[in-house]
Amino acid sequence: MSTMTRPIATTRSATGIPTGKLAVWWVIGSEIVIFGGLLASYVMFRLGHPEWAEYASHTNTWFGGANTFVLLTSSLFAVLAHHAAVHGDGKTAAKWLLGTCGGGLVFLCIKAVEWTGEIQHGYTITANGFWSFYYTAAGIHALHVIAGCIIMLIIAKQAWNGKELQRVELIGIYWHFVDIVWIFLFPLLYIAK
Amino acid sequence: MAEAGTVDTHGAHDADHGHHEQSFVSKYIFSTDHKIIGMQYMFTGIVMALIGGYMSYAFRMQLAFPGESVPGYGVVSQGEYNALVTNHGTIMIFWVAMPMLIAAFGNYLIPLMIGADDMVFPRINRLSYQIFLISAIILIASFFVPGGGFGGAWTSYPPLSANAEYNLTPYGATFWLVAVALEFVAFLLGGINFITTLMNSRAPGMKMHDIPMVLWMIIIASILFMASVGPLIAGAIMLFMDQVVGTGFFDPDRGGDPVLWQHLFWFFGHPEVYVVLLPAMGIVAEIICTFARKKLFNYKLILYTAFATGIISFFVWAHHQFVAGIDPRMANVFTITTLIISIPIAEMLFLYIATLYGGSIRLTTPMLWALSFIAEFLIGGITGIFLGASGSDIYFHDTYFVLAHFHYTFFPIAIIGFFAGITYWFPKMFGRMMNEALGKIHFWGTIIAFNFIFIPLFILGAAGQHRRIYNFQNFPDLAGMQDLRVIATSALLVMLVFQAIFLFNFVYSLFKGKPAGKNPWKANTLEWTADSPPPHGNWPELPNCYRGPYEYSVPGREDDYWPQDVPPDTAPAE
Amino acid sequence: MAEHQEHAEDHSGDHSQAFYLKIWAILLVLLILSILGPILAPHLEFGFLKAWMITLMTAFGIAVVKAYLVAANFMHLNIEKRYITYLLTTMLMLMLLFFAGVSPDVMKHKGQNWENVAAEAEIERALKAEAAAAAHGEHPGNEH
Repeated sequence: MSTMTRPIATTRSATGIPTGKLAVWWVIGSEIVIFGGLLASYVMFRLGHPEWAEYASHTNTWFGGANTFVLLTSSLFAVLAHHAAVHGDGKTAAKWLLGTCGGGLVFLCIKAVEWTGEIQHGYTITANGFWSFYYTAAGIHALHVIAGCIIMLIIAKQAWNGKELQRVELIGIYWHFVDIVWIFLFPLLYIAK
Repeated sequence: MAEAGTVDTHGAHDADHGHHEQSFVSKYIFSTDHKIIGMQYMFTGIVMALIGGYMSYAFRMQLAFPGESVPGYGVVSQGEYNALVTNHGTIMIFWVAMPMLIAAFGNYLIPLMIGADDMVFPRINRLSYQIFLISAIILIASFFVPGGGFGGAWTSYPPLSANAEYNLTPYGATFWLVAVALEFVAFLLGGINFITTLMNSRAPGMKMHDIPMVLWMIIIASILFMASVGPLIAGAIMLFMDQVVGTGFFDPDRGGDPVLWQHLFWFFGHPEVYVVLLPAMGIVAEIICTFARKKLFNYKLILYTAFATGIISFFVWAHHQFVAGIDPRMANVFTITTLIISIPIAEMLFLYIATLYGGSIRLTTPMLWALSFIAEFLIGGITGIFLGASGSDIYFHDTYFVLAHFHYTFFPIAIIGFFAGITYWFPKMFGRMMNEALGKIHFWGTIIAFNFIFIPLFILGAAGQHRRIYNFQNFPDLAGMQDLRVIATSALLVMLVFQAIFLFNFVYSLFKGKPAGKNPWKANTLEWTADSPPPHGNWPELPNCYRGPYEYSVPGREDDYWPQDVPPDTAPAE
Repeated sequence: MAEHQEHAEDHSGDHSQAFYLKIWAILLVLLILSILGPILAPHLEFGFLKAWMITLMTAFGIAVVKAYLVAANFMHLNIEKRYITYLLTTMLMLMLLFFAGVSPDVMKHKGQNWENVAAEAEIERALKAEAAAAAHGEHPGNEH
């Protein structure tokens, strides 16, 4: 994939922050406002519609809690991958990244089971406003999980070969952000009843 | 386009990767070179401008001569009228103003002006253009799907935009939405490249206040875009769900709220206008300094004002919604903030005038465009005051007064800003000078015609003529003012004809223009020290920066300019 | 190149593996608390401390703490240049601004001289349907 030499521009760092990391933080910044807009809209509706409390009571806190546990653990794996990368150990970093990715897959499987159950009970995306937000917000989050896993696999492969180890931290930052979004989605969708 | 930005020899730094002659496809179609990508954006923007202009031609002909067949189009039906008006607005903002001002000039200039060899992420740069091109294709495709193009106005308010039984363009509406969403993604990617490159990759010695103003403006614009587009992306997802899946996010009958969409849209929509305004002002700043041979008046104040404008722009959005049923107490708040934001912008224009004062002014074509920007934008800004005050807006909202106001702002931004920039940087981009006589004829034809289009529209708007109406003969009170509509349309025809002069000048100068040399305007900024056009990698050795960008007419120096890369206490090269 | 980046990383912070495990353990404890909190809330109220306040504090307060722990320790924000924290905080503030500007229209259904008739009608209809279904022991909430 790196068939071209990097421009000299990429190696400069007038801010003291490496360019890749600076860029990832700006990506996180723009993602905050995307999820923020969606969740702020949800909160406004939720607070304004008392009948949603009943709709929300049908979410399964144990599924949600399990998924939170899975993502927190995968974040741990991601930071352990970073730790290995900092010490130059690409192969260990790659293994931890695979673990993180595995966590993402487990998350998606739990979601799939959960959603199948809910849809079969008639709680579909068009059932009412609460469920529309539920599937949309968690769905967009899940898309970010999938995208993160794909990029993580690519970086894991590069790290296994000892290349581009600085990217381990970068995908970790993205992954932690995805985890933080879920940390807020969990109480918003599952607990506030 | 023969030598547009890359030549066959490569810079020293990639001598080691054994590149042989690149094919046309890899050099121009799949290039990662920022200059090529900048020009790809520019040419796409020009094509989209012609399409958007064609649309305005069709609907203005309909308005001036209702019911008659428009030459080169046919009879404009009501549904088609709506689609033309909608897509004209959408195209001009998202596929003309943004790509030309931010993506084209930003991509081209940022590495050159900071002394870098490319953007920090060249492949993401290429990806952003590819996504942008796909978004343009999807938008064009929306005209050819069953039902035709989306006709719900560029603001796409639900329930009209959410329900096919209201808008009658189910496929068009979704194609439109997907195209806009992809365009946002392209600009998010591009924005990250710009911000990171500017922050990190400056030439050694280039401090924050040595950065040319146009780059600051482009970066502030990118930051504004990134911070404001998020809620609208969320809203676009929700609208997509409403359109395609059948959810009711914005459907009042199902507990949804159409006003939420309006807020999501305008929370972005208002900062968006500053996203396009600031780069245009930046281009004007560069030009007036070069052609008044004078440093920018109070660089730091202009910079801080630009930041302040950006911040305040987040606090004014609901002035677009004064009559939408928002809480009147919020309307008070937004009136105050909107009136406040006029101050920093007016101040920036006055600082530009102060820059010109006492300068040694050369009225070249770029300078004419820059000066006309200041004049026309002042008119646009002042007329905005009537709209920002909620009391008068109750009358003016949704009339042609609004339309004339925003054309007196958007036209300077998108069209004058583009022409100013292209006539100024054409020599650098293509190595040849554009013809000055043709440039001036084009300028006067465009500007005079522009005013004759929109002053009648102010008058019509003040008389109560509403927007987005297909035929004013149906309104007895307004039917008698048809002469004004005919004047506006005739002026548009004149203006469109004059654009042929620009296109001819552009193409002719590409091949037959006088060779430009490195620095035909004797300007200070770093791009003028590279070859015209710069090779891949821009310079064999990247320059250092020793001073600010506007050291013109420095007392005691022989030359009236002092380039940024000349070491101190050395006489500048000729 | 990799050396340059790694070198920067050593400065940007590296704790021991045990440290990260400790943070993870704290996060799990907080997770359990945030699940138990709303369940036990009705039993915990006393004085002016109502059930919903307890739910809010445990569910959302803990979410904020968890997010902080992940951001500071896993993302190394506490060692990163301040500028990044300012950037992220600004984005969060913008979201608060958005909420402040929009909620008077979307969250509230009545204001100075206006009323959101459609929303109030929908709320009334839905609450009635829920009450009727609860009286009949059915599952409400999946029709519209």
